[in-house]
Amino acid sequence: MTDQTPALRLEGIIKTFPGVRALDGVSFAVMPGEVHALMGENGAGKSTLMKVLGGIHQPDAGQIIVGQVPTKMTSPLQAKSKGIVFIHQELSLADELSVAENIYLGALPKRALGRVDWPTLYAQTDAILQKLKVGFDARTRVGDLSIANQQMVEIARALTVDAKAVIFDEPTASLTDAEKVVLFDVIADLKTRGVGIIYISHRMEEIFKITDRISVLRDGQYRGTLETANTNEAEVTQLMIGRALDLTRAARQHEFGEMALEVRGLSCGKLFQDVSFTLQRGEVLGFYGLVGAGRTEIAETLFGLRDPSGGKIFLDGVETKISSPADAISKGISLVPEDRKAQGLVLGMNCKDNMTLPQVSDLKAGPFVAEGAEIAIFDQYRDRLDIRTPGWKQLVGNLSGGNQQKIVIGKWLSMHPNVLIVDEPTRGIDVGSKSEIHNLIRSLAAQGYAIIVISSEMPEVLHVSDRIVAMYAGRVMRTFTCDEVTEDNLIQAISGISIEIGT
Amino acid sequence: MRAGNLSTLLKSGAIWGFIIAELIFFSVAGEFLSLSDKAFMDVDNMLLLLKQSAPIGIIAVGMTIVMINGNIDLSVGAIFALSAVILLDSMTWPIFASLGNWVIPVSWALALLTGVVLGAINGVIVWKTGVDAFIVTLGAMLGFRGLVFMFNGENPTSHLNWALVDFAEAQFLGLHTATWFLLLVTGVLWYVMRHTVHGRNAYAIGDNREAAVNAGIRVGPHILINFMIIGFLAALSAVVFYSESGSVNPNDGQLYELWVITAVVLGGTKLTGGAGSILSTLGGVLAIQLLRKGLGHIGADTETVNLVIGLILIAVLLLDRQLNIKGKEALKT
Repeated sequence: MTDQTPALRLEGIIKTFPGVRALDGVSFAVMPGEVHALMGENGAGKSTLMKVLGGIHQPDAGQIIVGQVPTKMTSPLQAKSKGIVFIHQELSLADELSVAENIYLGALPKRALGRVDWPTLYAQTDAILQKLKVGFDARTRVGDLSIANQQMVEIARALTVDAKAVIFDEPTASLTDAEKVVLFDVIADLKTRGVGIIYISHRMEEIFKITDRISVLRDGQYRGTLETANTNEAEVTQLMIGRALDLTRAARQHEFGEMALEVRGLSCGKLFQDVSFTLQRGEVLGFYGLVGAGRTEIAETLFGLRDPSGGKIFLDGVETKISSPADAISKGISLVPEDRKAQGLVLGMNCKDNMTLPQVSDLKAGPFVAEGAEIAIFDQYRDRLDIRTPGWKQLVGNLSGGNQQKIVIGKWLSMHPNVLIVDEPTRGIDVGSKSEIHNLIRSLAAQGYAIIVISSEMPEVLHVSDRIVAMYAGRVMRTFTCDEVTEDNLIQAISGISIEIGT
Repeated sequence: MRAGNLSTLLKSGAIWGFIIAELIFFSVAGEFLSLSDKAFMDVDNMLLLLKQSAPIGIIAVGMTIVMINGNIDLSVGAIFALSAVILLDSMTWPIFASLGNWVIPVSWALALLTGVVLGAINGVIVWKTGVDAFIVTLGAMLGFRGLVFMFNGENPTSHLNWALVDFAEAQFLGLHTATWFLLLVTGVLWYVMRHTVHGRNAYAIGDNREAAVNAGIRVGPHILINFMIIGFLAALSAVVFYSESGSVNPNDGQLYELWVITAVVLGGTKLTGGAGSILSTLGGVLAIQLLRKGLGHIGADTETVNLVIGLILIAVLLLDRQLNIKGKEALKT
């Protein structure tokens, strides 16, 4: 950061879409060897800014300066050739091709007649992979790698060009803690080589661990840059949302209603084994563990998407088999899935139709759908969950992440579930709406719903849960009450260490 | 690495295993059911089978590239017919009258050029408009066929050139000219798909188009080239076939697109793109040809043949799905 010339500088970038000024004079600079966080709520303009930088959108005004050269970014390829490299949040890899082919996609080394120079390709790739200390080689098929390793392939790709600036867009979204350590090592390595790094993330702990400075966008405007060492989460949050955020643990009531769900020794092949837990009305049971620990698969089994290979499920004390999602719904189990857009919503349908989707066959007037009844349901849950939308006709795809999530939750609440399972309740939701969703979950519990929350974010699990089931490699390691859980013993449990401590 | 290996092996070898099963079945069944005394696996019979596989096979190899790319071309049958008309008709054009037998390479070139141009029309439309290739080539299928009928009405276009027929009927090392063309095309395109940048990019585009765009691959021109390749091959198929037969009906080549796609899918190429193999397509072509010929050998009529091929196609896709299911992703529907 002692270097005078920024690796990458943006000056007065303005980008207007019909009806929206997405970027309103954004300026900031990344120094060589600096990790610069870019923060802001969803819709603050981060992704538009990145698209401008990547040559996907052309700015209406302002300039991009790489080193000392003002540069027009006209295409992703051109951005790459100028040394601007993106590590995308959504992996952009071709599963059927090898690691080497993916890393050098669009730039495969050639021999005469357009033939691929395989020896060079594999040698170059293996050299890069060695630097990253990964456990696979250049010839591995990308589809056979774990998500984390696929991300490593993306990062390896960034190392193939002479990068001036590398932009990480939510890189840790699907990484385990161990994999994050490797990622941070890679970032540190890039830093020592004088690469400027833009790091986009919602996760405060990471931001404070690895970044040097933090720039904040709000409503398309640049709100300022803070030195990471001289600031704190509260200050950053305030800059992002214009108010303070409460993430302390909510006061707990300790009296729950009768037993809603009991699971004994549930197994599903290799996915999870011998899982037992109980859930009472009015209780929030958190499931915490690494990606692949089997949490989502348990939810899918309870929702009838998978057949268990063993174990018993009791609903309201009665042993039950759940054969399909339709069966689960009729027995009062609802699942708010992990991937809202792919699994939870029909993005091209309006708010009302999404909300009444599971019960539309019951809302009939003769052979027709009773639209009045549908609208009544929508209005009821819009008010109850405080869903902000211009009206029921609004397409769900146009809502913010937080409001989309409320539509999904409303959809299931309107079915009057006994057990509500929420998988990653705030994934991809901005900080302001996160606490709203957390409060909603707590208030639903207070109203007597039995709720399971699956989350990969420790602060979230600690914040909303009454008890926490810690999972590791398909097994329940320990169930904590909220009095005995600490960050330390929870981390130990999900890393598989707590076996020695005893449960 | 994982369970993938066995299923990959099963899948890549499956079509050849199926061919062997067909050979055994028809040989045995032929002993009891066939009216002729000749064995099914008679050398001449097999050589003829290879030759008869060529017209569909040459196009199917091209279709494999287009389908790996994530596209499809329904207009191949019409391109086949129009190229054939150009081939035969141009040999009678007065301007070429002085050329003698040198008219043959000229007409070949004209026919192949026709295929390339028609393919390029498809490719440019798909590239520039972004309309799905299925729709574009469906339109082209009807449009190109219309051109065939405009040429000569309902009448066949005929011209027999004996030098050409001699060439087409020649056998080199026992294999017919058409067979050599099929093998050559398969070999060249296998190499292109396996070992050239263009071929590897074709997989990347079909697998994850956005990734390919982000990596700076020029997807539009790439797709255009592939449509030109399949146009060229549809014309080449016509050149090989009509050099011998010397007469083209305006309805010739109809349903070729479906036979071609059937062969490609039987060979394991994914309809969604990103995966597939040229050699397996050759296997698919041979398997279908064997089935048609074999069922004929044991006395089944055409309707039965079509029914059986349809059932086998569905069975294959079902099997493929079973092999592809990994425990993790297999949610119930």
